[in-house]
Amino acid sequence: MVKQISIFVENKPGRLKAMTNILKDNGVDIRALSIADTKDFGILRIIVNDPEKACAALKDADCTVTITDVLAVGVDDCPGGLAKVMDTLYDNKISVEYMYAFVSKSENIAYVILRVADNKYAADVLSKAGIKLLTSQEIYDM
Amino acid sequence: MEKYWNKNMECATRDEMRALQSFRLSQTVRRVYENVPYYRERMEKAGVTPDDIHSVDDLKKLPFTMKQDLRDTYPYGLFAVPMDQVVRLHASSGTTGKQIVVGYTQNDLDVWAECCARALTAAGADNKDFMHVSYGYGLFTGGLGLHGGAEKVGMTVIPVSTGNTNRQINIIKDFGSTFICCTPSYALYLAETMEEMGITKDDIKLKAGLFGAEPWTEEMRQEIESKLGLKAFDIYGLTEIIGPGVAFECSEQTGMHINEDNFIAETIDPDTGEVLPEGEQGEIVFTCITKEAFPLLRYRTRDIGILKREKCSCGRTLIKMMKPAGRSDDMLIIRGVNVFPSQVESVLLQLGNTAPYYQLIVDRVDNTDTLEIQVEISPEMFSDTVKSLEDQEKIIKNAIDSTLGISAKIRLVEPKTIQRTEGKAVRVIDKRK
Repeated sequence: MVKQISIFVENKPGRLKAMTNILKDNGVDIRALSIADTKDFGILRIIVNDPEKACAALKDADCTVTITDVLAVGVDDCPGGLAKVMDTLYDNKISVEYMYAFVSKSENIAYVILRVADNKYAADVLSKAGIKLLTSQEIYDM
Repeated sequence: MEKYWNKNMECATRDEMRALQSFRLSQTVRRVYENVPYYRERMEKAGVTPDDIHSVDDLKKLPFTMKQDLRDTYPYGLFAVPMDQVVRLHASSGTTGKQIVVGYTQNDLDVWAECCARALTAAGADNKDFMHVSYGYGLFTGGLGLHGGAEKVGMTVIPVSTGNTNRQINIIKDFGSTFICCTPSYALYLAETMEEMGITKDDIKLKAGLFGAEPWTEEMRQEIESKLGLKAFDIYGLTEIIGPGVAFECSEQTGMHINEDNFIAETIDPDTGEVLPEGEQGEIVFTCITKEAFPLLRYRTRDIGILKREKCSCGRTLIKMMKPAGRSDDMLIIRGVNVFPSQVESVLLQLGNTAPYYQLIVDRVDNTDTLEIQVEISPEMFSDTVKSLEDQEKIIKNAIDSTLGISAKIRLVEPKTIQRTEGKAVRVIDKRK
């Protein structure tokens, strides 16, 4: 399982700039990110190389931050790669709350971050179906 | 054991107090009539002379004084003594319009200090206490008013004034302040800053605080009490009448005792000016009966409240004024509905996990009033899904809509983005004006 940092962001100019600069100033490297947005606010979700440090720095700057465990799944970078993961989840009645993808430096594999209600159960069924799950260490070392 | 500063006055019988008030009222009216041309003119217009005023019952014959009268006679037109007897001037902050100026003789300052001394004593203070005054010093009456009262009690007064919150907290801690006075919103800001500095309520010795100069709610009282570890007392006053100390809370905390031997209070219907019976909500009107330099007659405060004369467990017989529901000046009319910012505060604090920082933004779009309430998000209410935040917004919205009777848009904002103030909090931005 991988630690994801979620940050409350008001929809106004300069907020993303401020937050990414906090990460920069603390030498935090972003591995993946996504933004969920509504009319008035957004939630910035990031996977970084050092979640503890990033979280502390953001809190110091009065950001509202929470850490969530998510799954990082490796999928074959070819047509049907992600569909296989979704098939497995569907067959086991697991709903996805949200997900986002990022490409890796290695050629044939893409990564997907998944947020589900029961991480452990989802991890089990995915592993059994032969789908690769990344450990947090693998993410940090990328 | 309840402590009193002036038991004779604070626990006088109804007859004694009425006789004293009647005597002082007739004297004041005569003095004002003789010394202030503006008042004489107003009374002549109303067909009243000092000979018509014998007792408190005659009060209703006198015309009201409005804030506009103070502006029209600015600066010294309503002063009732020559300036060589005036030893101090104060001015209102002018938050609701052009500033006004008031004066005090030495005797007025003594009366004022006495009023504040009663308030402090009712809150449990004595000469062994340390009084941290973080009301502003200067033209604002808060700082010097309570300063004078605390000195009269013999407390060790620490005249910190406003500003530099970190330093204030170090002073509270190092000097061993046991009493504090400031606005209730600043008290919460102090608590928040203390938390940031890693100082807990066990590191400080505060046991009571007198908070006033802006309306606050019961929920805010609980918040201040639990965060600062003290007992929070309300104190009421206004520059025009004397400053803080016009009325004060006792240990029972079910209303504020008015210093009736100095100020006669009435409640009136704000629309008709008709005097209301005790116990009915209306605009509070004060008449000064001991002030020399600036004795206002039937001054309309714009504060909405209730007067109640009932036996108080503290033993005081002074009439009580229920916490003003808000100033009629603060009252907003949004789509024809009366809205007080304090209602929003009440709802937010009742809901729990929001920070007590909010702001009402009123605007007019396509000829329709809009109300947006910005609420600072707290760590407790944040989770990483949009749905849960939208649910939170909905809960706040439902509670607010049903309390206010109009629909408001709730907007969650980032922490510490609503401006903190050392004086009166800015709760409303009305863009319609």
